[in-house]
Amino acid sequence: MITFDHVTKIYEGDVKAVDDVAFTVEKGDICVLLGPSGCGKTTLLRMVNRLESITEGEIRINGKSNRDLDTIELRRSIGYVIQSNGLFPNMTIEENVTVVPSLLGWDRKKKRERYHTLMELVGLDPAEYRKRYPHELSGGQQQRVGVARALAADPPVMLMDEPFGALDPITRERLQDEFIQIQREVKKTILFVSHDIDEAIKMGNKIVLMRDGKIMQHDTPSEILVHPKNEFVSRFVGKDRAIKNLSLHTVEDLQKEIGLGDINETIQDTKTVNIHQDLRNTLSTLMNQEAEQVIVTDDHGEKLGTVTIDHVQRYLHLEIREKAPVSTEG
Amino acid sequence: MERKKFVSLMVRYGFYALVIYFFVWSFQKNYFSYLFKETETFVLLTRQHLELVAVSSLLAIAVALPSAVLVTRPRFRQTEWIFTNLANLGQTIPVLAVLALMISILGLGFKTAVFALFIYSVLPIFRNTVAGLNSIDDRLIDAAKGMGMKPHQILFRVELPNAAYSIMAGIRTAIVINVGTAAFAFLIGGGGLGVWIFTGIRLFDNSALLSGAVPVTLLAILADYLLRLLEYVVVPKGTRPSANA
Repeated sequence: MITFDHVTKIYEGDVKAVDDVAFTVEKGDICVLLGPSGCGKTTLLRMVNRLESITEGEIRINGKSNRDLDTIELRRSIGYVIQSNGLFPNMTIEENVTVVPSLLGWDRKKKRERYHTLMELVGLDPAEYRKRYPHELSGGQQQRVGVARALAADPPVMLMDEPFGALDPITRERLQDEFIQIQREVKKTILFVSHDIDEAIKMGNKIVLMRDGKIMQHDTPSEILVHPKNEFVSRFVGKDRAIKNLSLHTVEDLQKEIGLGDINETIQDTKTVNIHQDLRNTLSTLMNQEAEQVIVTDDHGEKLGTVTIDHVQRYLHLEIREKAPVSTEG
Repeated sequence: MERKKFVSLMVRYGFYALVIYFFVWSFQKNYFSYLFKETETFVLLTRQHLELVAVSSLLAIAVALPSAVLVTRPRFRQTEWIFTNLANLGQTIPVLAVLALMISILGLGFKTAVFALFIYSVLPIFRNTVAGLNSIDDRLIDAAKGMGMKPHQILFRVELPNAAYSIMAGIRTAIVINVGTAAFAFLIGGGGLGVWIFTGIRLFDNSALLSGAVPVTLLAILADYLLRLLEYVVVPKGTRPSANA
């Protein structure tokens, strides 16, 4: 749990980078700090592990003020992932991953075991990469190693500063998906900086939308999409917020609410989607294929029914316009 | 591409041919006679020469490395220009002026020669070390801090290894130049192979001249080669320039 208790950061010359920010990140949550560049989100993140000093207020990690801890100890107990280039080029992948365990004085055997576990967690072959150097890896692989390194000493809290920002869209999406899977396993308390609303909706249990050092809205992704608190939030979220919201729902949700259509065998050339696919992608499949319906299948490929644009529209009205706020669980 | 390769090969082999021709020619004229007639003197002069280079280079490294590390610490950032100017100054003053100046303080001989060579070696090492340390990506330092490294751990585990290539290049340049410059030590009674070179010049004795000059050249080439080997050992694999190509 990370608590921001009226935190303010004033740089020399009276620039308020962070202005009286107060909120709490619950244990096991991913909280996304979202906002345009210069809004103070990175500064706020860096105040947690004291890479930036706090001018006023207090940040508490699991109830303890981060000022009471020794800076070095504090940083070693917090996982830190930054945009690419954070890996040390002079060290092998194994050395990079086990930097913090080395600093903590773990023995060789324990470090090696940890290295294996972590590399498997992030989907890289431990033996293949052990003696390789960062420059020999692709951007996506480097970032996986970066995540593994942050998890090395099993810190309860992780700070991620636009970790997937420098990757191409396809790799970024894959890493986001994988990271969500990893998070289900490790259940860390994560503060995640992003400037990308789509990423925030996808990754966050909660979003803190910031502007000029102040919090504009602190809510669940669907609340921010459905009930933007002010003009700035609704502009930042964009006109397509209803469509964005669809990415928080799956075909399964739709099936539960309004059921699926019958399979019309006479219509040829239809696509199939998995029942766990989100509605945003389903909708774009419908639109791109110019198919009237897509066939919904379960994990075993069994046909369950069909979805049409009409279904999605009805669901949108029912679920998002009328039933809001919507829970994002599941 | 093929053409480029061809030209570079031609230049290289042309150069080798010239070197071989030179050796054949000088042997025929018996220009290396001193090496065989006065082998003992040759060994002595070579030893003096090496001592001059070794002592002055080690001193230069001992001074330039720590001061370069010092001026790149955040606390001393502002003082960088002072050190850089000092080192530049050392490089600009002519050798003879430095020698003349130091003779009045340290007298004639080995010490003065070492001092002059030291002054000349400091700059390349200092400047390359500063450049190497400054070229390290800030985000790398940031990551190191964020991982909880202490300042000395950041220096020894991240900064110095990543600047090693640049630092080694500076040391190599300094020492190779040093081998050549050390010939001037003769002028103030510092000994070394310069003794034969300058004697040869004064007496129009090609034999003496070449018996001094050729070994100096070979020493410089040897030093360069050995330091490249050392570079291979010292510079971490992941940071070599070829690695990022």
